[in-house]
Amino acid sequence: MSLLEIKNLHVTVGGQEILKGIDLTVNAGEVHSIMGPNGSGKSTLAQVLARRDAYTVTEGSITLDGKDLLAMKPEEAACEGVFLAFQYPVEIPGIGNTYFLRSALNAQRKHRGLDEMDAMDFLPLFREKLRLLEMDDKLMNRSLNEGFSGGEKKRNEILQMAVLEPRLAILDETDSGLDIDALRIVANGVNSLRSPDRAMVVVTHYQRLLNYIVPDFVHVLVDGRIVLSGGKELALELEEKGYAWTEAETVGVRA
Amino acid sequence: MATAVQTADRSGTSPHNELQSWLEAFTDAEREAPGRALPWLRHLRENAFARFCEAGFPTTRDEDWRFTNVSGIARTAFRAAGVAKIAKADAAPWIVEGAAARLVFVNGRFARNLSALKSLPQGVTVASLREQIEKHPETLEKHLARYADTRRDPFVALNTAFLSDGAYVHVARGVVVEAPIFLLYLSTQENAPTMTHPRNLIVAENESQVTVVEDYVSVGAPAHPFRDETADKGGAPIFSNAVTELVAGENTVAQHYLIEREHLKAYNVSTLRIEQGRSANVGSHSLLLGGGLVRNNVHPVLAGEGGECLINGLFLGTGRQHLDNYMHVEHAAPHCGSRQFYNGILDGHTHGVFHGRIVVHKAAQKTDAKQTNRNLLLSDDAQIDTKPQLEIYADDVKCTHGATIGQIEENALFYLQSRGISEAEARKLLLMAFAEECVERMHAGAAREHVEQLIREHLLFMESVPQIATGTVTERNWTEQG
Repeated sequence: MSLLEIKNLHVTVGGQEILKGIDLTVNAGEVHSIMGPNGSGKSTLAQVLARRDAYTVTEGSITLDGKDLLAMKPEEAACEGVFLAFQYPVEIPGIGNTYFLRSALNAQRKHRGLDEMDAMDFLPLFREKLRLLEMDDKLMNRSLNEGFSGGEKKRNEILQMAVLEPRLAILDETDSGLDIDALRIVANGVNSLRSPDRAMVVVTHYQRLLNYIVPDFVHVLVDGRIVLSGGKELALELEEKGYAWTEAETVGVRA
Repeated sequence: MATAVQTADRSGTSPHNELQSWLEAFTDAEREAPGRALPWLRHLRENAFARFCEAGFPTTRDEDWRFTNVSGIARTAFRAAGVAKIAKADAAPWIVEGAAARLVFVNGRFARNLSALKSLPQGVTVASLREQIEKHPETLEKHLARYADTRRDPFVALNTAFLSDGAYVHVARGVVVEAPIFLLYLSTQENAPTMTHPRNLIVAENESQVTVVEDYVSVGAPAHPFRDETADKGGAPIFSNAVTELVAGENTVAQHYLIEREHLKAYNVSTLRIEQGRSANVGSHSLLLGGGLVRNNVHPVLAGEGGECLINGLFLGTGRQHLDNYMHVEHAAPHCGSRQFYNGILDGHTHGVFHGRIVVHKAAQKTDAKQTNRNLLLSDDAQIDTKPQLEIYADDVKCTHGATIGQIEENALFYLQSRGISEAEARKLLLMAFAEECVERMHAGAAREHVEQLIREHLLFMESVPQIATGTVTERNWTEQG
């Protein structure tokens, strides 16, 4: 059974159809990249997978390990192992980073029938992941993402992912706006989480990230449809020729 | 729901009958009042009563009462609450540990058996006002009723007319009282409408430091009166009309807390009048959780140079509560700063009011006055009226004000949920974070811990009542599953 199976997914927002029949199969251990121009529906797909309710699924199905993902609330999907690294992480004043992350981890552990972690158990794990992302632990005493720079926010997303250890990680434009050092740190964090029983869907507008996080498959999303699928070399071709080229290629899907 | 908070027409009772009823109540009260033989006190009461008769209760045509209709109080024939005795065990749920001293009042009267006055440092007097009037009236004349103006507010007039008991706190020059002094006002469930007029006088002499907590609760109802539907069905309305005068001498540090958590048939009007001396640093913290109709007046006068005043508050409304905060900050001397921060969370059909009046007198140059009112509305039917009112007669001042009205941010909610935190828990975290802004302005200690605990419990309760989860909440429910 595939880890993630999307079949004929149609999604509308405010009456407008954004996704027009997506089919995608992701197996454990694989890294898939979804590329595409602005407004093609990349982020919508990412958010639907994380179960945001602003989107209406009009047709199709999504299963996670055979379970109906569309029947799940965001927190249920998270507990089943879905993680979305946000394109725009939200600042929440008044909720501490560390407290938030431990609450999230414990909510997931509880769901899986594991004991909750107290602050003492949590700290060593947390410290280790902070080192992985080269993050200052002073940052963690602050409110969630509050006053963080763009790069700090993105690193914080991957830090959360490292602590929560999801089955399916969806990275929504995690590379946007990062300088090369930050990009390297983020990619390093992501790569350390690659494992045979975890899958990743990397949504990106630019090919650059894929030099660091090398995908097994690349899919091109244009106007709500996957118009082209291929291996990692497809990303380079896209970088060279631009997205307009893919529209002419639509007939010859190569994967 | 409590008729107590519903808008009522005034046609039922003629003003004449109303006054007749108040006159009887006043005559009864005078017979029992302490210090009847003291001319100054007698005049004080009589003048105040005359003043009340002249003014009557305010109506929504009065600018200061535009958003709050008190005809429910005016139409009800309240009688002085009877003497009731509460056993120690029954009062236990309301007792807060870590107090320097505790005065408990049952239906407005001092209850010695429930109070604790032993561990006070030297130089501190904590007593029932009634006893202080009877034993040492000379200590009171200088300050009592010298600040709270009976001409300005009929409720202050009424309180002064019925002045008989409450708390007297005196801190001598230079004395520091570290732990808070708790004042607990218990009202019992009666069959007829009853009223109390607690009167408190807190005098902090120069260079002293003190924290006083006023906590208003109803007994005979469970610890969470709102949780229990019967709190609405049984029992008669109560009317609590408190006035506190806080005199903060030069260079003092004084903190005052007001906690209102009576049941939903309670009308609670309270007035805190602060008189600040030179370089005095005063904080007023209000927490409104209970009460059907609540009017919270805070009126600091920064009368000496270099004074600082923090006016901090949080009001949480459910059901049909009406919670009105009327701030009146008076800058009367130069180089003073005042900061007002009020946060409101309103659910169900509640109506919140924040009226922030700042008056900067001509002499008060270099005033720095700030006012912020932030509100979260959790339902379509909740309502907030927020009104800044700045009157500035000096020319070199800084005054800012701002108000926001919003809902729980869907973005933030989704972010928390996407990490595995349940919607209910995520909402609670966000509400607590919003409320926490007010808690963080309080000094660390027993008072803050008490307040924080009450807020947590109350938010838990607010989020556990399904029928109030209407309006915007419905929109966030999961309906689109394809």
